[in-house]
Amino acid sequence: MSKLLEIRDLRARIVGGRDILKGIDLDVAPGEVHAIMGPNGAGKSTLSSVLAGKPGYEVTGGSVLYQGRDLLALPADERAREGIFLAFQYPVEIPGVNNMYFLRAALNAGRRQRGAPELDASQFLKAVRDKLKLLDISDDLLRRAVNVGFSGGEKKRNEIFQMAMLEPKLAILDETDSGLDIDALRVVSDGVNRLRDANRAIILITHYQRLLDYIVPDHVHVLSEGRIVASGDKTFAAELERTGYAHLGTAA
Amino acid sequence: MSDLAMTEKPEPAADPLDALVQGGGDGYKYGFVTDIEADEAPPGLDEGTVRFISAKKGEPAWLLDWRLKAFHRWQRMSPPDWAKLNIASIDYQASTYYSAPKTGTGPKSLDEVDPELLKTYEKLGIPLGERAALAGVAVDAVFDSVSVATTYKDKLADLGIIFCSFGEAVREHPDLVRRYLGSVVPQGDNFFAALNSAVFSDGSFVYVPPGVRCPMELSTYFRINAAKTGQFERTLLIADKGAYVSYLEGCTAPQRDENQLHAAVVELVALEDAEIKYATVQNWYPGDENGKGGIYNFVTKRGACRGARAKISWAQVETGSAITWKYPSCLLEGDGSVGAFYSVAITNNLQQADTGTKMIHIGRDTSSTVISKGISAGRGQNTYRGQVKVMPKADGARNYTQCDSLLIGKKCGAHTVPYIEVRHPGAKVEHEATTSKISEDQMFYCQARGLTQEDALSLIVNGFCKEVLKELPMEFAVEAQKLLAVSLEGSVG
Repeated sequence: MSKLLEIRDLRARIVGGRDILKGIDLDVAPGEVHAIMGPNGAGKSTLSSVLAGKPGYEVTGGSVLYQGRDLLALPADERAREGIFLAFQYPVEIPGVNNMYFLRAALNAGRRQRGAPELDASQFLKAVRDKLKLLDISDDLLRRAVNVGFSGGEKKRNEIFQMAMLEPKLAILDETDSGLDIDALRVVSDGVNRLRDANRAIILITHYQRLLDYIVPDHVHVLSEGRIVASGDKTFAAELERTGYAHLGTAA
Repeated sequence: MSDLAMTEKPEPAADPLDALVQGGGDGYKYGFVTDIEADEAPPGLDEGTVRFISAKKGEPAWLLDWRLKAFHRWQRMSPPDWAKLNIASIDYQASTYYSAPKTGTGPKSLDEVDPELLKTYEKLGIPLGERAALAGVAVDAVFDSVSVATTYKDKLADLGIIFCSFGEAVREHPDLVRRYLGSVVPQGDNFFAALNSAVFSDGSFVYVPPGVRCPMELSTYFRINAAKTGQFERTLLIADKGAYVSYLEGCTAPQRDENQLHAAVVELVALEDAEIKYATVQNWYPGDENGKGGIYNFVTKRGACRGARAKISWAQVETGSAITWKYPSCLLEGDGSVGAFYSVAITNNLQQADTGTKMIHIGRDTSSTVISKGISAGRGQNTYRGQVKVMPKADGARNYTQCDSLLIGKKCGAHTVPYIEVRHPGAKVEHEATTSKISEDQMFYCQARGLTQEDALSLIVNGFCKEVLKELPMEFAVEAQKLLAVSLEGSVG
């Protein structure tokens, strides 16, 4: 199967700091769901930030190919328009900007990039209704300013709703389960599961095995001290739950 | 004819964000010069200049006397120095105080208007003639100093609404002009108001009779074209008892290396139960990125709520001018009268703005609202200066003021200078102020959804200004959003 994402010996750090990623190798094919687990400070968030192109990080070695192209050469907005979606661990508030308006701007930016016609207001509204139904989300979030005054659960649901609307090829969910109670976790997980698709890859970044009870991955990787130290199939997560990360030690 | 930075004006877009996207481009878009023979006063200012202007306009003796009185007052006055502005001293003798496109006496209809002028307006996207009908806007276009064409006059006349150039109002409705001219902004109010009173060349006049609701937005478009010319227009707007009118004003000027002076006076009078909404999108040439050239926008705008329950609302989007000195104010004389001021002011590069409002509570149960959004980028300096004054007889007076400042980059400045003077123990006056920076997290969040850096900035800034932008009439709101985007080009990255 052709690869969507090929990460080779990726090394990166916060500008001016020490390397946090110390040689990551990862292949992701369309349709696959990969879980990346690991303790705090392992480099999970750095990995998602580097893949999404967040300023403040620098790559010191290795390569990332996305659809065969050098991903690291693209600015963040272009990566997004090319189909990479980062669900934020801490979604950002944008006062005064209506959620719907924001989403339509984002959607049409991607469509322009692909040469697809932009959606007018009524087409957009129809798409919104379809996705709301699919995700079982109420529409009250849409009328409010982006993430302003949202509860933690609402913010995460909003991220998944954005993902549904933008239909990415590669979705990176950065600790989407953090801070969610069990009901919210279920809603969000159901949403993600409905968005699983043969043409869409998902990388779940999480600290807790619990998320993987709801979103069952194809592959599980353990990230520790900037390297992937162990990988396995979905049963590996349950095994980790019993044995913990400690025995995996640090990579050689 | 030199089209310095003119590009095709994009079609108005339905989606304001699209407008932002299209708004990107190459600096000041209105910086073209129209090559028209002009009838000018010789440079300099003395009593002879005042007489020249008055004679050119064929004014009655009372108005000449009025001008001369103002001129003599002006001679004894000095420019205000209390604003937080760095102003190079102005040589008032080097400026030209009257410049009219040479077409003999005023044009009677659009057909008589110089085609070059009409082309200019087309470039500006002003809906004259048929386009005015489509847009439903009646436009009084002031080009340099003379009002060129007023559309829709007949239709308005059926309702008894007078909308014409100031010069025409002096000829056709002298009683109204005489009664109200200078009644809100006295000649000696300040240095620039006195100067304007002496040498004002034209402007707009509106009268809405009792109980009439003006069915369309009235609009004036100002443009300074001639070099070294000051523009001193005068607007007088009267809403009689129970009348309603919404008025829009837009401004552009060509790119020139020297500074040009714009010293306008706007007077609004709202009688009992009348309502006036006055919106301005000010996009005078701001000067280049090194602060060379640009308009000095020294404007006095004031409205008087003369009757009970009268309402006056100012909305302004100030993106242009090298220096802005402007405080649209409300005199809340009538019991239960209401004043509002909504402002967005942007300073980029070396622009300076000192702007705000005065809300003077005189009558009982008067209320006022002030929402000011200042955005500073580049090395721009942005000051909100506002006064809330509650007089001893203003029982039940209320004011709410909110001043928010947004900083983009590290070299700009935002300043808030509220003056609150309360002489009534029962007054309720609230003032809230915030200063924030656009966060990298906000920018990245937008970019991670596919928005370019420019679009992300526009989106965040427009969100910041939303409470003000929603007070603008629809067609202006779209233009204002475009201007915000253009004004902030190059301020990030």
